[in-house]
Order: sequence, then structure tokens, then C-alpha cells
Amino acid sequence: MQLRQKDILDMDSLSTVEIELILDTAAGMKEISLRPIKKVPTLRGKTVILFFYEPSTRTRTSFDIAAKRLSADSLSISAKTSSLVKGETLIDTARNLEAMNPDILVIRHSSAGVPHLLGRTMAASVINAGDGMHAHPTQTLLDLMTVKEKKGRIQGLRLAIIGDIAHSRVARSDIVGFTKMGAEVTVCAPPTMIPAGINALGASVTHRIEEAIDGADVIMMLRIQLERQKDYLFSTVREYAKYFGLNVRRLQKARDDVLIMHPGPMNRGVEIASEIADGPYSIILDQVTNGVAVRMALLYLVAGGVRHADSD
Amino acid sequence: MRILIKGGKIVDPAVSEAEADLLVVDGVIREIRPVGAGGEQAACDRVIDAAGKLVMPGLIDMHVHLREPGFEYKETIESGCAAAAAGGFTAVCCMPNTDPVNDCPELTEFILKKAQAAGTARVHPVAAISRLSEGKRLCEYGELKAAGVVAVSDDGRPVESGRLMRRAMEYASGFGLPVISHCEELSLAGDGVMNEGAYATKMGLPGIPNTAESVMVLRDIALSELTGCPLHIAHVSTKESVAAIREAKKRGVPVTAETAPHYFTLTEEAVGQYDTHAKMNPPLRSAGDLEAIVEGLADGTIDVIATDHAPHAPVEKEVEFDHAPNGIIGLETSVGLTLRLVRKGVLTLGQMVEKMSLNPARILGLTRGVSEGLPADLTLIDPEQEWTVEAAAFRSLSRNTPFIGWTLPGKAVLTMVGGRIIHG
Ligand SMILES: [Zn+2]
Ligand SMILES: [Zn+2]
Repeated sequence: MQLRQKDILDMDSLSTVEIELILDTAAGMKEISLRPIKKVPTLRGKTVILFFYEPSTRTRTSFDIAAKRLSADSLSISAKTSSLVKGETLIDTARNLEAMNPDILVIRHSSAGVPHLLGRTMAASVINAGDGMHAHPTQTLLDLMTVKEKKGRIQGLRLAIIGDIAHSRVARSDIVGFTKMGAEVTVCAPPTMIPAGINALGASVTHRIEEAIDGADVIMMLRIQLERQKDYLFSTVREYAKYFGLNVRRLQKARDDVLIMHPGPMNRGVEIASEIADGPYSIILDQVTNGVAVRMALLYLVAGGVRHADSD
Repeated sequence: MRILIKGGKIVDPAVSEAEADLLVVDGVIREIRPVGAGGEQAACDRVIDAAGKLVMPGLIDMHVHLREPGFEYKETIESGCAAAAAGGFTAVCCMPNTDPVNDCPELTEFILKKAQAAGTARVHPVAAISRLSEGKRLCEYGELKAAGVVAVSDDGRPVESGRLMRRAMEYASGFGLPVISHCEELSLAGDGVMNEGAYATKMGLPGIPNTAESVMVLRDIALSELTGCPLHIAHVSTKESVAAIREAKKRGVPVTAETAPHYFTLTEEAVGQYDTHAKMNPPLRSAGDLEAIVEGLADGTIDVIATDHAPHAPVEKEVEFDHAPNGIIGLETSVGLTLRLVRKGVLTLGQMVEKMSLNPARILGLTRGVSEGLPADLTLIDPEQEWTVEAAAFRSLSRNTPFIGWTLPGKAVLTMVGGRIIHG
């Protein structure tokens, strides 16, 4: 079985069957990361370009390790170091990169829709590593993988996403991805951080964290960005933490088997208390580990791999 | 020079809609008479068979960006006027946001000279409200009017200061110039790039609320009421604006309004997968807004259909959605898109003529009509000639429109300015 499209752009364009395929493939890939020699020749001779217009050590490193474990040649270009970018339009840059015949382009960009534009322009497979406020499908896939590992299913679970929903591509992709796989999603934030028409994506909305936590199987905390104060999205960090932060007292009201996620990087003591981030309910480090496995699976699948062919 | 236009159906609410022959002598409509009467066909230099065609007073597009001087790679006065003629327009009003800005008589004269040299559609310049459209000092409206401008507007850059807008209206009314307002409250529009709502949220694009427009519409209506200055609201896109204008008209405020074909044809969903040809300012709105715009056109709240023709080069539009410039071209698709409304029964042909010719003329102090003694500025339309919009066929230098590939129900087949045929 293969993916229908050459690109991984967002969760909307993946079917449930494709999502299952990616998660199953990722589970197989995770095993490779546990071996003493963490490398297989699967993508030998393939070129992967990691093109990060926006700084992100975490996601770039995860893709880089994933590519190397599959023996692909990976090459990182950042907007700051690249002479490709100065004064050039995105389309020009894409054409230049295309001339180097990469097989896969992993793109992170501050503008929504850039992966779509590159996907239309380039023959290479484009993987969206985060575009503006739009989508972060590899994050959602690793979230799905991690929750599924712990709970054995996604169907019927209740996910609460708490934080700046309006500016979060992770929130958008998780709402689409988790509801597609049968979960119920509630988002929680002050009204300033809830974008218009979020219900149309399939999420219900509350402005009280107690309501969001109540009965949730999984709680995803989002990083609060201090510069949003300037856009009048909240008043003070102190008040935000008081009304929307996850602390030990609030966690006591949660289910006994609740899972706590955070896409990172965290503001400890603001949206999430340190005791919780490091505590028994936290699966934050599992998310990081599974991030590599999911990205290996995606690189493998978009490179045209057929499942089970990697078992030799 | 004698031209006989034979057997066309005259569409002008002042005349009865009837088939007639039209005799044009030396650029003036000399005689309107029953079909076949007169019989001196042989004495005419040219006979145009208009059977089955509509003969309309020459169409006026009162909101166009011709881009010259400064952005001649997007459009020139010559190419823009050629596009106007091909689209059935006998005249256009060009907005002042060129480089340099049209804020002085010298630039107005430059534009008029270029237009004269192009020799197709008439050009009626709109000058800036404030010097450089910077919102600081008033332009010389008296000098500008003497040079030939028909209105003032800082289109593209809203007049943020209420005090400046008030004074501009007072000062303009003294010279008999209407003020055209691009209504946008910038702090509410923020960094938005499409309509605020579920679709923007899904696409992860920052939204522009309806309020960013309607708040300014309400302010400017209040200022028009205060000053008595005729106010014309550009490119109305929201239901709240339509309601505000309807109510103001009822109160007798001297306000008029325009909308563009894209606002009565498309909704925000035209953005699709980040199609920059669906990016304009104000943005394409919701289905509810579109419905209100159509109602506003039908009941006369919206007086004018104008295109906001905004040419951009492909290299400028083929970029990240949030970086792409606003606007689409419209001169060559406006008649076809408006005829769709006529086909649907939303507008009568008489209303189409009012919104595309008579009302703009009234607002700007120009003369239009199909009656004896008036200049022969005429547009002949074939309402049955279906055609497909093709990029290669445009006279405009630019191709930025979401309507390429659309089939439209009719088109202008002949455009005449002062008895001269500039298209057809
Ligand atoms: Zn404007
Ligand atoms: Zn404009």
C-alpha cells in the first residue's frame, strides 16, 4: 500500500487508512531506533533537503536523524545561511532546489500555504514541517502515535487542547487528525485566543480550564507566547497561568489515567507546572522519541516505499 | 462622418426600451428613429447592423488602477484603456495611487495627455485626498479640478484621521468634488489577508473582520451628514456596510456606493488552496455578505458596479499568500459577470445601465445617455454571445483574475467614444 499523493501537506488531505498506514509503519521504524546500530539502507541514494525558513532546532533535528537512520543524504538549508534566499522569490528558490534533483523536500515556513505552493511547483515530494498558523501534520501524527501506544486506540477518546488556539498550527492539525480518527476534541482558551469558526473544524469550545480537563483522556498544553500580550490577547502572564495553566491542583480533577502532552518548547510554571511536565502522566519525551519514528515512516512512504519491503 | 446603428434595442431608462435606428453625425447622436425609417442609408459612411444587440449609453468604470506612472510593467494608460474599450467601457476613472501619487495638477495633466495619445477610452482622473496620500495635508482641490479630476480619494490607504476626513469633505464640497472613501479601519484589519471566519481558520490565515470595513463606512456617513459633502463608498463588501448605507440614504445623507463584480460573484471559499487570485482588499466575504450585496444592488442601495481593476504581474502573485499583493483585473470581465446577474433576474437591463453608466455619470458630473444631441458614447452588447475567459485574449498587460476559464453569458461587441469606434 502506498500514499495517494506525493506530498504530505496537512491532515485534511490524509485519509484514515493512510493515517493508519503511517502509524503502523512508524511503529516498525521505532524498533530501528532501539537497535545498537540505528541505521538501515532503505533510502540509500535518496536526497532529502531540510528547508527551514523559520528556526526550529527540534523539528529539524528530528527529521535529520530520521533521514540518517534510513541512510538518505540529508542537507539542511536555513533561510539565514542560504544565499538561495536573498532577494529571490519562493518560486525561484524552489526551481533552484529542484535543479539539484532532491527526492524529498521538508519545509518549515512562517507563511501558511507555502508547502502547497512548493508541492505544485516541484516534482520532489514535499513534507510540511509546519506552515504559519495552518498545519503541522508530522506533529499530529506523532501525537496520534504516542496516544495510541499508551491507550491502544484513538476512537472514543477525549482530547483537550489548552492554550493559544488561534495562533497554533498544532491545534489545527490535532483537531482535524484526532476527530478524523474518532476522538472528541475540546479547545480551551480565553476568547481572544479562539479563532472564528473553530467549531467548523470539529472542536467544541470552552473558556474554563476545569471544564476542559473534566473527563479528558488526553490534555495537550500549548506554549503561550509572551509577545501576544502586545496584540491584546491576554493581560499578564500571572493571570494567564492562574486561569489557564495546568497545575497540580487542577490535575487532581482529571481522570486517573490522563495523559499530558506538550509540543514544546515549554514555559514551565506558565502553561504547565514543572511537576506535571516531569510527572508520571507526562508523555512529552515519548512524543519526541516517536517524532523520529513518524518522520522515518513518512520519508520512507513518500519515497515510494511499499510496506513490509523493509524487512530484509 | 455619419454612422447608422441599425435595429438595436436601446437600453436607457430615460428612453423606452425599444428597437430603433440611431444616426450619429460628427460624434453626436443626431436622430433616434423607428427601424428602417429615413432611408438615407447610402449617405452614411458606415452602417452597423445592431439587430439583436443592446445599445447602451457608454459604460463607465469609476474605479480602476491604471498603474502609470510608476508601475508600467503591470499596466500602462494605453493598455488599460485598450482593456477598457475591449470590455465595453467608454470611460474609466483612475485612482491616484501611482508613483508618484496623483496629488497635483501636473500629474493629472500627464495622465490626460497619455490618455489622449492612446485615443481609446476616456480617462477621468481621481486625485488624492491628501498629499502623497499620507493623510497629513490636503491637496489643492481647486487646481486639481481645473486640471480635470472628477473626485478625490486616498484609495488603497484609508484616511485614518477623522479630522482630516471631515476637512477634506468640507473643502471638496466647496469645489463640487465628491469624496470617494476606501473604508478600512487598519487596526481592526490588522495583519489579515482574507475574510475572518471558519475558512480562514481552517487555512491558518489571519482574518479581516467585516467590522474593519463597516466601522469606517459608519464614520464617513456621519461625516458626510455633518459636512453635506457627497460621499461615495468604494468597493462595498459586507452586509453591515450595505445596511448602514441603506439606512443613511433613507435619512437623506448624500451617500452613494459601489461594489465590484467579484463581491457579487465569489465568496471567501474561492481562496481554495491559497489561490492568490482570490486575494483582494476588502477580501471576498461569506455567502451571507454576497447575498446582502446582491440585495443592495437590486434595491438601489448600491448605485454602481465598478471593477477596482488592479493589475499585478505574475511574479508578484505567484508568492506566499500572505505576501501577495491585493487585487484582480476586472475591465474585460465586468460586463459578462454583470450579465450573469441579469440572467438570474437580479437586475434588469435598465438597472445594469444605471449601475455601469448613468449613476457613475451622475456622481461624477459627467453626461451619459442615448438621446438626441448627446455625444455618441455608446456600448453595444450582445447578450447572447457566450464566451470563455482566456488569459491570452486580455488587452490588459496583466492576467491576475480568478475568472480565467469561466463561461460568461454575453459581451461588449462595439464600443464608441464621441462617434469613434474604439472596439469592434
Ligand atoms: Zn480601495
Ligand atoms: Zn482600488
